[in-house]
Amino acid sequence: MAKPRVALFITCLGDQFFPQVGECVVRILRRVGVEVTFNPAQTCCGQPAFNTGYRDEARAVASRVLDLFDDADYVIAPSGSCTSMVRVFYPELFAGDAKRLQKHAALRERFFEFSEFLVNVMKVEDVGAKFPHRVTYQDSCHLLRELGVEEEPRKLLRQVRGINLVEMQDYRLCCGFGGTFSVKYPEVSVAMGDDKLRAARESGAEYLVANDSGCLMHLAGLIHRQGLPLKTLHLAEVLASQ
Amino acid sequence: MGQGPYAAYRIPFTDFNMHDTGVHSSEIHEQGNKVMADAHLAEAYRSSTLRLFTHRLQAISEVPGFERLRDRARAIKCEVIEHLDYYLEQFADNVERRGVKVHWATTAEEACAVVRQIAEQAGAREVVKAKSMVGEEIELNQALEAAGIRPVESDLGEFIIQLAGERPAHIVAPAIHMTRRDVSELFVKHIHSERTEVPERLTAIARRTLREMFAKAGMGLSGANFLVAETGTVVLVENEGNIRFSTTAPRVHVTLVGIEKLIPRFADLGVFLRLLGRSGTGQKLTSYTSLLTGPRHAGEDGPEEMHVVLVDNGRIKTLADPKMREVLYCIRCGACLNTCPVYRKIGGHAYGWVYSGPIGALITPQFVGLQQARELPFASSLCGACREVCPVRINIPDLLLHLRSEAQEEVPLPRPKGSPVRERTSMRLWAWVMNRPRVYALGSRLARWGQWIIARKGWIRRIPFYPASRWTDRRDLPALAPQAFRTLWKELHDGDE
Repeated sequence: MAKPRVALFITCLGDQFFPQVGECVVRILRRVGVEVTFNPAQTCCGQPAFNTGYRDEARAVASRVLDLFDDADYVIAPSGSCTSMVRVFYPELFAGDAKRLQKHAALRERFFEFSEFLVNVMKVEDVGAKFPHRVTYQDSCHLLRELGVEEEPRKLLRQVRGINLVEMQDYRLCCGFGGTFSVKYPEVSVAMGDDKLRAARESGAEYLVANDSGCLMHLAGLIHRQGLPLKTLHLAEVLASQ
Repeated sequence: MGQGPYAAYRIPFTDFNMHDTGVHSSEIHEQGNKVMADAHLAEAYRSSTLRLFTHRLQAISEVPGFERLRDRARAIKCEVIEHLDYYLEQFADNVERRGVKVHWATTAEEACAVVRQIAEQAGAREVVKAKSMVGEEIELNQALEAAGIRPVESDLGEFIIQLAGERPAHIVAPAIHMTRRDVSELFVKHIHSERTEVPERLTAIARRTLREMFAKAGMGLSGANFLVAETGTVVLVENEGNIRFSTTAPRVHVTLVGIEKLIPRFADLGVFLRLLGRSGTGQKLTSYTSLLTGPRHAGEDGPEEMHVVLVDNGRIKTLADPKMREVLYCIRCGACLNTCPVYRKIGGHAYGWVYSGPIGALITPQFVGLQQARELPFASSLCGACREVCPVRINIPDLLLHLRSEAQEEVPLPRPKGSPVRERTSMRLWAWVMNRPRVYALGSRLARWGQWIIARKGWIRRIPFYPASRWTDRRDLPALAPQAFRTLWKELHDGDE
């Protein structure tokens, strides 16, 4: 049987700020036996504009995404937020546009967030990782509530050799990133982030692991500014550790 | 002056001046920051919302099929709102048949005028009020005071904020932001009570003070939680007994209610009563549930006259909007406020009008216009915790997104301070670049080369222009990685072959 062809949607933040996450995703995907492709014509899913209310601009950018992955069996993004944008919010963005909606319907069923793809599509929980540290996992809101992915990342983490996975207080609570919310309401955004970091530290974790570049940028930025003894990693970075 | 804790203290008329009127939603940033900077206030919000949130979780865990109950409630509300004209007429016919006078009010002014006229005809100098958010919405207290009629709030929370001259800080718990110490100080200052911080004693003081008012007031005014169309029943839930008192002791009772509060059948009430108490305060049922079916008959207790004032005040306009119509499903349980991380931080008053939290960010722009409430739909990280608890499953984040796009269309943002261009201009530029992968790749290379000016050891501490400055005021920003993924891919890809 031919290997499934998996196109990586790296996301704009992943591309620019966290390329090592993309590398880890590629390594893990190859490890579980798929062929990985990358279409350099990709840029962004359009969420920043959509989230801020600029639908024409969002539509212009999102339309491109519909045409990028025709030859792939699956499309994988290391982000719950961008996956939500494509799967959940595109229909609203393209409402009344029958042609694009049709195109979207064909993409939607092939588009997955990284952890749900591994667990639900590839049926893999153990990716052969080793990470002997105390780790807490932070749910990103779009992954948790738009896609309903709560257990999958935890299943993957539990199989990592040597890991000590602990839940923090109020782990379902938003970290405060919220896209452009982070600069429109920076004080609230930071206050929410501080709460999250307090909970993470109280859990005794060395690493706060999340599945979205936005949350990680926000939390890592707070940690670095305040010099806190806590490190952040993307889920894929933990799963690629050996 | 009273003697001891159970003496009746006098309520001063002159102190009843609402300082807080009109719409101040544009000040949400300043007001929210004030709350976050005030440790006492911040802690009051944190602990109270957390308590209500936890109680709700416990309460719903005891109900098998709670999720199905939510589905059912949503379906019923949808049915009502889609056929509101039919159910309104049915309700009005049935309630009139029971001897209740029905009034229709399109605007806040009309609603106030109707209530004032009823009070004047009844010769009421005092009106004892049970909790009514519509009353807050139409600024009824000010209208009555202007006519020389004295409104007295009998709900403990409302009584407290009336003394403070404030608006409710929460839909169900108006004084949620006040601690027992705050309440004690208000009581000492305004009704010259003894100084105590024991909750039972404070309650006793309020109770004693208000009791006199129930006997004295010529008119009682309440809201309504539900109006049953099939039977013409006004349903009220509460914990303090003040609603039952306000609706039965005075000679005249007025129910002031928004037209969206209808439910079709009496049997539907069971669905909503099981949801409302649990969602709002984590109670299986509130202490009192009153079903009012008209004025008293001979030989019974109750008011001689009963009126229902059905208020539009922006609801019909909301109904006409197929997308926003869903906000009319709201049963005002307050669960979305308690769970909202933004409400927990900035508090209720920051929203600048009567309704706060996620639902307030939706309702306020509908009722007062987006022009005055432009900032509200943006006051959310879109985390969706509100939708998760809403008993009628209002898709709050989706509606907030919708209002954001309406705001950008209808009320364009002025050029932000510190920004060379308007937000829309920068978004257009962003979209232009994102649609040109080569320009995007080239731009990111240039930015990598140029960031040495501001980046140190992989981090950027300060970017002086908007909107990045809003990020770096309080957070560091990771520098762009030395190579973008698309550059790394070339090596990764070669390794694959």
